[in-house]
Amino acid sequence: MNSVVCISQVPDTESRIKIAADGKHIDEAGLKFIVSPYDEFALEEAIRLKEGKGGDVTVVTFGPDRSAQALRECLARGATKAMHIKGDSVDADSLGVARVLAAAIRTLPHDIVFFGKQGVGTDNGLVGPMVAELLDVPQVNVVTHLEVGDGKLTAHREIEGAEEIVECSLPAVITAQKGLNEPRYASLKGIMAAKKIPIDTRSVADLGLTDSDVFHQRVTFVGLETPAEKSGGRKIDGADPSAAAQEIIKYIREEAKAL
Amino acid sequence: MPSFPGVDYMLIDSLFSEDELMVRQTVRDFVDEEVLPIIEHANREEKFPFQLLPKMAEMGLFGPTISEYGLPGLDNVAYGLIMQELERGDSGLRSFASVQSGLVMFPIYTYGSKEQKDKWIPKLAAGEKIGCFGLTEPDFGSNPGGMRTYARREGDSWVLNGAKAWITNGSIADVAVVWAKCEGTIRGFLVEKGTPGFTAANHMGKFSLRASVTSQLFFSDCRIPLDNVLPETNGLKYPLSCLTQARYGIAWGALGAAMGVFNTAVEYSKSRIQFGGQPIASHQLVQNKLAWMITEITKGQLLVLQMGRLKDEGKLKPQHVSMGKMNNVNIALECARMARDILGANGISDEYPVIRHMMNLESVKTYEGTHDIHNLIIAEAVTGIPAYNPPMSAKAEKEATERAAAEAAKK
Ligand SMILES: Cc1cc2nc3c(=O)[nH]c(=O)nc-3n(C[C@H](O)[C@H](O)[C@H](O)COP(=O)(O)OP(=O)(O)OC[C@H]3O[C@@H](n4cnc5c(N)ncnc54)[C@H](O)[C@@H]3O)c2cc1C
Repeated sequence: MNSVVCISQVPDTESRIKIAADGKHIDEAGLKFIVSPYDEFALEEAIRLKEGKGGDVTVVTFGPDRSAQALRECLARGATKAMHIKGDSVDADSLGVARVLAAAIRTLPHDIVFFGKQGVGTDNGLVGPMVAELLDVPQVNVVTHLEVGDGKLTAHREIEGAEEIVECSLPAVITAQKGLNEPRYASLKGIMAAKKIPIDTRSVADLGLTDSDVFHQRVTFVGLETPAEKSGGRKIDGADPSAAAQEIIKYIREEAKAL
Repeated sequence: MPSFPGVDYMLIDSLFSEDELMVRQTVRDFVDEEVLPIIEHANREEKFPFQLLPKMAEMGLFGPTISEYGLPGLDNVAYGLIMQELERGDSGLRSFASVQSGLVMFPIYTYGSKEQKDKWIPKLAAGEKIGCFGLTEPDFGSNPGGMRTYARREGDSWVLNGAKAWITNGSIADVAVVWAKCEGTIRGFLVEKGTPGFTAANHMGKFSLRASVTSQLFFSDCRIPLDNVLPETNGLKYPLSCLTQARYGIAWGALGAAMGVFNTAVEYSKSRIQFGGQPIASHQLVQNKLAWMITEITKGQLLVLQMGRLKDEGKLKPQHVSMGKMNNVNIALECARMARDILGANGISDEYPVIRHMMNLESVKTYEGTHDIHNLIIAEAVTGIPAYNPPMSAKAEKEATERAAAEAAKK
């Protein structure tokens, strides 16, 4: 059973994001980067499959130089191989990223290709499904439970008010939802072993793609803005509860116009 | 729970290797996600957090510098960074790890027989078995060489008599490394939980290291197989060599506690408003405290980093470790007291981690060689004079030991 796990490196979810001088990128100075949290569920599931059934877990990322660190972290947790396609993935839209990853995956043995259900930060949730289409394989998204059998898999996914159980043939694409598993911490032994595993580094061109397949295409960032500062809350005197209730209703109706 | 950003005023991170930073990050995440959410409760209830052990073992935090038995074989700086992060969680948790790795696995691995190693190292590493280290006695703390616990050979057994005090993990340990006088020297023995004649009772009413178990051990005609002696141990320098391991980890660990309280103090002082709408961080007296803390932490970081590199090169001497332990615990305790002060009334509440660190560090100041004793060891290295044991008291002690041995022989 061979798995490919596509991961992206994102700013730590607790970072205070600053916008860069060009107004279109975030300022990366001093930011701590992590493996996108949903990708951790994807990786954990692939490692468990490998532990049960053998085979390789190849982690793949498309990103700048710093992304190699994210691959190392995945190797330390138990991935067996890593591929780094170097490039400014922030200047590619979801389809651009999906094209790069699909081209990379075609060069790798893959029974299941795992993604996180979305990359934290951009939160489009598009890359996994697009890769499935490009590879022309079935996909199950937002998966919370997975069983893998001979040539097929059964996946549970959350839908509004119910759980859907889907069966499909392999190879397939799975995007992981929180709850799929509890990701492990890297082991110290894994950290020591990871540095002995070479990272297969490629360029977009090495995969037979041109820059115009990938960068600055359909979707481009026009500008980034930080959300408006929160204004301080308003205190209502609660000494007379019925008067306070009146005042709250008045506020909701007339100022917030929520009713 | 916000993740810990680290404390690195002087770009010291650039002096660590990539693996060392990864090890630190892994343990840092573990402490943020698993330890900090439960530790105040464990401390309040005076309960050791057993639930943390499986994950700690799976990560390889016990015996991490050993490379046999499938263990990670880390360098000493990476080991130090583990201790730093664990103690940022809690000194009691770091104590557990120090005892398991430095005071139990180290002597078994270094001075034990192949059978002893095969039997204990894998299980101790897996956290399936817990160890403790019994050196201190009710009447012998700074001066363990005066110990009265003794072992005599009887047929195919050793028979142990005596008592140990203030033993971390004592009552929860499956195996105790017990140091006893034996045929004119001091040797280490492995005593298993449940051996007839061996009992343990916890020290009650501790105000410090409450999330760590501390016990007395009693040996009354406790009979253990002849094979349970650590074959290579022969003299006080053997238990002291174990302490050098553990103290090395404490020098790093104390910095973790200092970083934890410093970080809390900075955040608090920037958000606490007093007088004229200004945060207290804008007052010079508060700033002076923060400046002192970050300066001392930074000096401490450079000290332990050099210690770690020397240890990897086999050049680290006990008197170097004494300086690291003495200094870093001392500044950590001072940082904790200052942070306590900066937090005002909140500083005495376990809503914040500061008072717990402050109380914990009082133990850390005393155990593994008190602050003053380490100063005397440093000064001995400088002057050649062991002021902790001047010639007259050394002579009297030798006579007392000989008298005790003669009496034991008569029995
Ligand atoms: C929470 C906790 C856990 C512990 N865990 C362990 C453990 O796992 N295993 C173990 O073996 N021990 C353990 N200890 C014991 C610890 O190592 C001793 O407490 C320590 O060595 C000091 O001994 P003491 O308490 O008898 O103090 P004492 O030796 O009585 O010292 C009291 C004071 O006198 C000073 N003093 C003593 N002699 C001199 C001298 N010659 N010159 C100048 N000043 C001197 C000391 O510096 C100190 O200030 C633990 C202690 C604590 C508090």
